[in-house]
Amino acid sequence: MDSHRDTPELERLLLRHAVERFYAMEAELLDARQFEAWLDLLDEDIHYWMPLTRNKAFGEWEGELTEAGKDLNWFDEGKFELEQRVKQIMTGLHWAEEPVSRTSHLISNLQVEEDGDGIAARCRFLLYRSRNETETDTFVGKRHDRLKRAPGGFRIAERRIFLDQNVLLAKNLTVFF
Amino acid sequence: MAGGDRKYLGGLVRTSEGRISREVFSSRSVYEDELERLFARCWLFVGHASQVPEPGDFVLGRMGEESVIFNRDRNGKLHVFLNTCRHRGMRVCRYDQGNSRKFTCPYHAWVYSDEGGLIAVPKLESGYHNELDTAEWGLIEARVAEYHGYVFACWDEETPGFEDYLGDFRFYFDDYCRTFDGGFGEWEAFGGTFKWRMPCNWKFAAENFGGDYYHNPSHASVDAVILSPAGVEGRHTYDAVTRARELHRLNICFPGIGHTARGEYFKEDYEYMPTYQEMPVVEDYFRECYAKRRERLGEKARFFGHGGTIFPNVSYSNGVQSMGTWNPVGPHETEAWRIFLVPKDAPDEVKNVLRHYVIRYQGPSGLTEQDDMENWGYAHEGARGTIARRFDYHYGMGQGHEKRGWPAEWLGGDIYATEDVSEQNQRAFFDCWARYLDTPPGAQGARKPSAQRAGKNAEAAE
Ligand code: FES
Ligand SMILES: [Fe+2]
Repeated sequence: MDSHRDTPELERLLLRHAVERFYAMEAELLDARQFEAWLDLLDEDIHYWMPLTRNKAFGEWEGELTEAGKDLNWFDEGKFELEQRVKQIMTGLHWAEEPVSRTSHLISNLQVEEDGDGIAARCRFLLYRSRNETETDTFVGKRHDRLKRAPGGFRIAERRIFLDQNVLLAKNLTVFF
Repeated sequence: MAGGDRKYLGGLVRTSEGRISREVFSSRSVYEDELERLFARCWLFVGHASQVPEPGDFVLGRMGEESVIFNRDRNGKLHVFLNTCRHRGMRVCRYDQGNSRKFTCPYHAWVYSDEGGLIAVPKLESGYHNELDTAEWGLIEARVAEYHGYVFACWDEETPGFEDYLGDFRFYFDDYCRTFDGGFGEWEAFGGTFKWRMPCNWKFAAENFGGDYYHNPSHASVDAVILSPAGVEGRHTYDAVTRARELHRLNICFPGIGHTARGEYFKEDYEYMPTYQEMPVVEDYFRECYAKRRERLGEKARFFGHGGTIFPNVSYSNGVQSMGTWNPVGPHETEAWRIFLVPKDAPDEVKNVLRHYVIRYQGPSGLTEQDDMENWGYAHEGARGTIARRFDYHYGMGQGHEKRGWPAEWLGGDIYATEDVSEQNQRAFFDCWARYLDTPPGAQGARKPSAQRAGKNAEAAE
């Protein structure tokens, strides 16, 4: 007897579908430079984190990533700080984003689980950036989110971004992941 | 010696006319001279002692284009080894950090100890017939100098010791090394090293950190969003303080020495200005440090360093307490490495506030340096064009208006301290740079501070 062929399985599918649509809408906002509208998708207590990656000996994985709240990280911040980044772009004087990047956010390999803490959504991302004449960056990595249900969809309560580069090959990280 | 037959001083570098050729930033042959004549001779920063606290600890470093291993051996001694096997050159260590008593080469398995000796060679008997003198074939080791925990290394035996190399600049590097309470307390590096690539020649960054108050317009956007943790004004921790006081904002350089710095000198003593009102633990910490510093340093507490460049490519920032290197990757690219530090005995709240601040200020995710890098990258493009290269860059700001031994004698020996904006620091940097590059391998005299004392700049003096 296949126990997955009942309502819980259908609910999982519907949830996954809702998250997929949410991410598509989020990508649409970022790629359309609707940064302030994007901020509205973030929970007030969001933790937005991207660690540095170290080369470590086999089995000694513990220090492979720098730790949030303790070490250096590319990002380890909350909503106020992300709002500052958005404001900086909106000044029109943020030379690293002036002219503003053209981005495409792609999401795949989505896995969604709901538990007592909310929704855990894991995916792979590809963020392509073209800027000015010939500047291009391709950021590829893993993203682990924690989402909260909210009116009209979800809010992002935690975003952990694993870029996996040891020496960052882009000259800056002015784009949102 | 007449100026005419030198390629660099008086040639590509004509600071007395306020001109520097764009070739200096973009030419392949200049770059190759730099590797041989500059990076192979100078003291370069490799790491901080707190990154390798225990015997056997190691981290990787970089010197010029090359990878080095910076470690603490089983007896507690610090070493810097070129990260290359003596047999066929394979990297003997590919891990960014770890703890090991030996480094085994992955290629043919020569084994080196944490003290650098070659301690095992496969088939030493059957293959080498015991004819390999293992004592001769240890890892290539650099000279090492630890200065208040900051560790520098140098490949050249002729280069003076690190303290002589600092020369009169020592006062400023000491100021950087002092903890917030004015003593030589212990600093501790946060875990992790920022490493990233930038599309520009390394000297754009080195000269910017060494003294470019003129580039403030680069940072209009970050000033507008108020990055300062005090949340009152500007992007620096001290912006709220400096705007309320009378002070001199100084560019600091020394004739004949390439090290340059920036800082502020308050005209009068002042009481601690509340900065972190919403964070009582942090506020108390800085208030106490301020009082101790003033007690310790007296009148000299009126000087606060902002940052600088230890010649040639080691740049530091006070306050965000960062230390890093601009590593050349060809003339057109730079790999920046940077660590950040906090006083070891500071409360966790203080460490956390500073950590948050620094990673949002500097580096590729930093709101401030992002804009610097944009400018360096496209400025570099301007050094590459066939037509563009026929036209020098202008380095003449404040030429002839440098102020000597001013505004306070204790600010240093043979010092130029000029207020607000001036390109005296860039001129000092490039004079020194040119002198190194005019000196072929094996020849002496890359750096002769005593011979330079008399003149306003090196070119005029010779
Ligand atoms: S290259 Fe290292 S043992 Fe041969
Ligand atoms: Fe800057």
